[in-house]
Amino acid sequence: MDTQLLKLLAKNARYSNKDLATMLNVSEEEIKAKIKDYEKKGIICGYKAVIDWDKLDGSMVSAIIELKVVPKAGLGFEDVAQQISYFKQVESVYLMSGAYDLIVIVKGKTLQDVARFVARELATMDSVTSTATHFVMRRYKELDVEFVIGEKDGRGQLFI
Amino acid sequence: MMDYSKILNKTVTEMKPSGIRKFFDIAATMEDVISLGVGEPDFQTPWEVRKAGITSLERGKTKYTSNRGLDELRNEISKYMKRKCNISYNPSSEVLVTVGGSEAIDAAIRAIVSYGDEVIIPQPSYVCYEPITELAGGKPVIIETKAEDDFKLTKKQLADAITDKTKVLILPYPCNPTGAVMERKDLEDIAEVLDGTNIMVISDEIYSELTFTESGHISPASIDGMFERTITVNGFSKAFSMTGWRLGYACGPEEIMSQITKIHQYAIMCAPTTSQYAATWALKHCDGDVSHMRNEYNRRRRLITKGFNDIGLTCREPLGAFYAFPSIECTGMSSDEFCEKLLSEYRVAVVPGNAFGKGGEGFFRASYCYSTEHILEAIDRIDRFIKKHKE
Repeated sequence: MDTQLLKLLAKNARYSNKDLATMLNVSEEEIKAKIKDYEKKGIICGYKAVIDWDKLDGSMVSAIIELKVVPKAGLGFEDVAQQISYFKQVESVYLMSGAYDLIVIVKGKTLQDVARFVARELATMDSVTSTATHFVMRRYKELDVEFVIGEKDGRGQLFI
Repeated sequence: MMDYSKILNKTVTEMKPSGIRKFFDIAATMEDVISLGVGEPDFQTPWEVRKAGITSLERGKTKYTSNRGLDELRNEISKYMKRKCNISYNPSSEVLVTVGGSEAIDAAIRAIVSYGDEVIIPQPSYVCYEPITELAGGKPVIIETKAEDDFKLTKKQLADAITDKTKVLILPYPCNPTGAVMERKDLEDIAEVLDGTNIMVISDEIYSELTFTESGHISPASIDGMFERTITVNGFSKAFSMTGWRLGYACGPEEIMSQITKIHQYAIMCAPTTSQYAATWALKHCDGDVSHMRNEYNRRRRLITKGFNDIGLTCREPLGAFYAFPSIECTGMSSDEFCEKLLSEYRVAVVPGNAFGKGGEGFFRASYCYSTEHILEAIDRIDRFIKKHKE
């Protein structure tokens, strides 16, 4: 049941324990205990709604920033990655293989907000040697959820 | 002036249009309708299968195939039947590729039934067997399967229905709309009744991959003594989510298949070439996709069955296909009344059970070819509907 339960929660964290239990053919208590255990172990790290901010006024902008970083002796990239994570503007930080070291996803109210943050906070960090900022123009899909209104259910032309 | 009433075939003019249709014509004009009506998978055809179709087009495979279908596809069908159903069919003489399972059913009935012959049809079941039998000049003999028998065809019912005119028994399992499946023991009972008769079985196994019993799907032709009297019909629509590709097949003893092939040859010529290439790929590479879809259906199946029972609609566990068939006895309404009111008051579209034969009265069919969220919302609305009418 393990990954099946996680996959269902990853799809929709708001399924009730009762429905999860029915779908996976186990008891509700078992689901409750499993989820608690996942939370305790840090396998489930949180629950959030997937929001299309573009549909609201005063929406958000976000940018993906490639960083080249000089790793610190003994600490590698952990130290700088951690420091970057502390900023509330930062949504995600990933260590990457390839042409640069870290990818940082930053959100802000305006383009200027984000640009300022990169220039003042990220580019000035000691171990950061270069930044390249890519603004997100439009989101089509996030966390498995499609934002673009999909095709209508075309079924029902024929009934069997 | 043409007098069309004089030229049309009476069997056709007297044929009723499918009862499933009318509700959805109404539903289509309404806003915010949530449907559990469609009998068609919500999954897309696996991308690799679509790609195989595209590749065949790019390579210019756009001509007729042989009447029976591509050699490679028939080989794969033969292997599949061995692998999944443990039946050996000779791909060159016992397998025919058709335009969906529907054509296979039509051609099989036409090949066997002459004027006045009787065809035994268990109902509630899919709506095509009766009209096709009538078109062939045959006489449908309906057996009403019962909820207390889990909508299975019983030995006694069958024995009582057989006369010296009986030519064909239709076995529509896994069953649309009841979700009934026939397990090995049930089929052995049927085989026992048929033993020594000259009755053919047309086994419509289009939902075979969607069987949720421990032993999985059991094919009638795999039961002792049944091979020689069974035409196995299957196809790609349900298992591989390929409804629009219109591809199915019939397998059976050579003496029968060679005759069915003649009908196919004159009426159809050959099944669509692109679909045949795509289906060949599907049989070779898509067992994983099929089981993924089956698991997903299985979850929804449990959810919808429990959902109906929890809100007071008795719903037997459907063991096959992708439909639940709950009883509406507790509401005191007829199937038509229930479905009409549910649609107009709470905007949920389901199909009245009597659309699948008189024996379906008192039930409705709910398809679970929909997302979990969609199913939960529909059950919630049906719950509110029932509570309102209980007051």
